[in-house]
Amino acid sequence: MANLVLPDAVLVKNYISGDESALASLIERHQSKIYGFIYSKVNDRDLSDDIFQDTFIKVIKTLKTKSYNEEGKFLPWVMRIAHNLVVDHFRKSKKMPFQRETEEYSIFNYMSDNAPTVESKMITEQVEYDLTRLLNELPDDQKEVLIMRMYQDLSFKEIADLTGVSINTALGRMRYALLNLRKIIEKNQIILTN
Amino acid sequence: MAKLYSKKKLAPQNMLPKKETISFLLNYSKALSAYKVGNVSIEIIAN
Repeated sequence: MANLVLPDAVLVKNYISGDESALASLIERHQSKIYGFIYSKVNDRDLSDDIFQDTFIKVIKTLKTKSYNEEGKFLPWVMRIAHNLVVDHFRKSKKMPFQRETEEYSIFNYMSDNAPTVESKMITEQVEYDLTRLLNELPDDQKEVLIMRMYQDLSFKEIADLTGVSINTALGRMRYALLNLRKIIEKNQIILTN
Repeated sequence: MAKLYSKKKLAPQNMLPKKETISFLLNYSKALSAYKVGNVSIEIIAN
């Protein structure tokens, strides 16, 4: 209580000497003016609280490192810090437009997680399993060409050389392999989509 | 006498920061120890 009648200069001195209650008195004495000043510039309660907090963090650090020169101008000094932080805020927000989360605007509408979900992983596994079973239904020569082309990424020239047939035969086998796969899929009404 | 048409800005009275903000600052102050050695300032925050 006694703190309330002491001048700022004395409270600052007491705070520097380790009296934590002096800071509480200083904040209580000037909070309305400083907060009101910040709010008049930014017009946002939450943002004002943030800047108010940052202002006093600077004040605390300066006082604790004994870098403050007492000239009987505690409030103007704090106001100057607040003013600079407000300017900093507008400078930053000019470079980086800020959008607050509202009912109409949600950041998650614009952000997406590209990692596969458990569900999409299960679907992929199922599709791959079904496809393997389908391939086993194909005649061996067609299956061989399709696996070399799709899974081993070989060219038709390479496939032709490896299987000992002409390129046209390899191409034909691939064509029949795809046609047969399509037939089996349609016949069994299999859905192969991710 | 000329009339003043400008409206006084409607600012709520007694604008005060949140209690949590003040409480944070007081706790932060208690936890912080700062020293200046030459040009280097050292800050220690106690848990």
